[in-house]
Amino acid sequence: MNATVTMPVSSKRPQNVQKEDAMWQQKELINKNYMELATARANNRKVSATFVPGNLNELLMCFDFARSLPETNALQNGMRKKSGKMIMDAERDGQSEDVCTYVKADLGMMMGGEIGPTGEAMPRPDILLLSYTGCFTFMKWFELIRHKYGCETVMLHVPYQGEGHIAPNMRDYVVKQLKETVIPTLERISGVKFDIDRLRQYMRESVKAEDDLVAVLQSAKHRPSPIDGYFGSVYYIGPIFTAFRGTPEATNYYRTLRAEIEQRVREGKGPITPDGEMGEEKYRLVVEGPPNWTHFRDFWKMFYDEGAVVVASTYSKVGGLYDFGFRHDPDHPLESLAEYCLGCYTNLNLPSRVDMICKYIEEYQADGLLINSIKSCNSFSAGQLLIMREVEKRTGKPAAFIETDLVDPRYFSAANVKNRLESYFQMVKAKRGALAGTH
Amino acid sequence: MSTATVSPVSAASPVQAIVARCEALFEDLEFKSVQQWKAAVPGRKAIGYMPIYVPRELIHAAGMLPVGILGGGDALEVIQGDAYYQSYICRIPRSTIELGLTGRLNCLDGMLFPSICDVIRNLSGMWKMLFKDKYVRYIDVPQNYQDEVGGVFYMQEMQILREDLAKIAGREITDADLNASIAVYNDNRVAIADLYKYRAAEPWQAPTSEVYLLLRAGMVLPVEEHTVLVRDYLAAAKQVERTKRDNARVVINGSFCEQPPLSLIKSIEMSGCYIVDDDFMLVTRWLLDAVPTDGNPLQELSRAFLHRSASTAAKYDATREEKGVYLMKQVKTRGAEGVIFAAPSFCDPALLERPMLQDVLSKNAIPHTAFKFAENTGQMAPIREQAGTFADSIKLWNAA
Repeated sequence: MNATVTMPVSSKRPQNVQKEDAMWQQKELINKNYMELATARANNRKVSATFVPGNLNELLMCFDFARSLPETNALQNGMRKKSGKMIMDAERDGQSEDVCTYVKADLGMMMGGEIGPTGEAMPRPDILLLSYTGCFTFMKWFELIRHKYGCETVMLHVPYQGEGHIAPNMRDYVVKQLKETVIPTLERISGVKFDIDRLRQYMRESVKAEDDLVAVLQSAKHRPSPIDGYFGSVYYIGPIFTAFRGTPEATNYYRTLRAEIEQRVREGKGPITPDGEMGEEKYRLVVEGPPNWTHFRDFWKMFYDEGAVVVASTYSKVGGLYDFGFRHDPDHPLESLAEYCLGCYTNLNLPSRVDMICKYIEEYQADGLLINSIKSCNSFSAGQLLIMREVEKRTGKPAAFIETDLVDPRYFSAANVKNRLESYFQMVKAKRGALAGTH
Repeated sequence: MSTATVSPVSAASPVQAIVARCEALFEDLEFKSVQQWKAAVPGRKAIGYMPIYVPRELIHAAGMLPVGILGGGDALEVIQGDAYYQSYICRIPRSTIELGLTGRLNCLDGMLFPSICDVIRNLSGMWKMLFKDKYVRYIDVPQNYQDEVGGVFYMQEMQILREDLAKIAGREITDADLNASIAVYNDNRVAIADLYKYRAAEPWQAPTSEVYLLLRAGMVLPVEEHTVLVRDYLAAAKQVERTKRDNARVVINGSFCEQPPLSLIKSIEMSGCYIVDDDFMLVTRWLLDAVPTDGNPLQELSRAFLHRSASTAAKYDATREEKGVYLMKQVKTRGAEGVIFAAPSFCDPALLERPMLQDVLSKNAIPHTAFKFAENTGQMAPIREQAGTFADSIKLWNAA
């Protein structure tokens, strides 16, 4: 099936936010996906939902699904200040206050008439692809959606890297599930026969975007860094972590983005922020943990106002560790999908996560580590205090800890976060001074 | 509110003696019984495991003692453990770390962290970092229930564990060893099934505060000794006449990992409820029937896991229709009149599962109530009041 989807009209660029051209292009892509979802029924397309870490976008495209990603729906609702009510609606419907707010925002959105972040209707998925990478809550999330709305689920169990590596039996297990469970189910639901050459073609396209993304992320090794590897990276990872990996649009986007960033490097510029060009780069940080979405811009401002730039982040690796060499491999498509799922950041064990952060601190010449601990996300958060100690011990660089949430506005205390950040920047400065004194 | 209490048995009775022994084991946070077991024969090893399920047969077949680690309870003062966790994370990992850092788990030669939730999963990595001289393994269990897919993976995972344990034991673990251990655990499963059946039939004769302690004893005792203890208790319990109350018969759900304080279980019983089924220490009842002892042992353990095992929040239900079937079966077969959802605070699996189970119960007109606890919850009055009101309402509905 070749669905014809009308490109949405670009939203008018507001005057008070500065973005690079690639950022506008990214926004158009995201809006386009919401439009595809909104028009899926009219265009006789089936709809899939799947999670970001380890998402099988290339595979889903082989079956012509319109593709929804519930975490991005929740975060988009968070950024648009809509998630608070959704969460409270879900809690009134029986969800515990203790559990993940992405789940509750999603359930609340469905209860509120299934209107998506852009105001368009979100069709009920025909299939929930439970690619279960790095987060136990995913399993309950889709069980809850299935229980309430009757959508079918198909499980892809991705084993955890408990021993710090991908063992052959783990890869084989994922491939077997793809062959024997996932692909037959997707064929049945979509009515489209699986064509492995089509998958290979999408993967060839993926690799181009992956190469360009890595060049963008690694540009932060320059001084000044031309990008913010956390707040800015959210825009950069959007298309490749969601419904666009494997598409020519994504290839174009990453080509444009890379060219822009390389130009910034040549010009010796720092990152562009919502308030324009960032001033002097005073602090270079590595950040662990997802961002807060309900106060995303305020949160970012606390950094760039102080001259702090994030040079690397773990969150920008939840959808794949491309900067450590992973690429989708068209010659071994199913094995490559398995490796991709198994390799996502939250599927790594804690010692591997510590190694990765230490490597970032060293390679990106960072001044220290900041952990944004998210109440909703035990997959990230459980163990972060030990990560912090271990990284401090191994690198000798100061680390700090702040606590926020993903999309629950009740858990973002701007004054507390700002105080902690300011104290942390003072600590970094003092540490630098002390080091300078010893040399 | 009902004020019924569990009838005491005389201090000198065999029941009391068994319960007192189990209680002493339960309260022993130094794991002295494990130390004594190891000291009895030089070279013995003990392997700890966390909830919900590990194939203990493999540890036993290696000649080692499997030791269930269920946190520190309400008697352990957590000082260091709190420094490792944010306030919004449940209590069991912090008290388990406290046990480790204070040397109480030095008697263990290794720790297994089964696939249950993100917190216990990450604790496996923390353990690797904190206790570098110990054997540590994350035990992944399949969420795909086809023999040729999830079953093969699970057998491979068990084979890795088997080889690791063999290295620690310094000897091969043969199929014969494994089959012998499966037989020993089959016997234990039968004994516990009898205990649960007896409690459901005559809950006043085997209060859950005692049954719970018996199960806890099974976390530290050699399985053969535990089986005898369970049977001794059953025999002794039948010899004592206790007062039957007009209590409500309830199933407890949600306590499969972090454990409620014993006083909470007693409070539920004192409030007028007979607990006729539960999900405490599911490892003892995970496999629902006898595992064959004359085949390929790993394959048989795998088949039992895939096709004949209990259901809980950490296990995927492949279809919507399966949700709540296991709980409904508990309700029906045990003759329960209601369900109490007792989940630990911040327990993602239990709390996310709960609304679905509540819905299933509501559709089947089974009364239910819910509260949260932590292993160190101290205030029982609210729980007594809630459980008591629930029991009273069940009685009123039944009378109407």
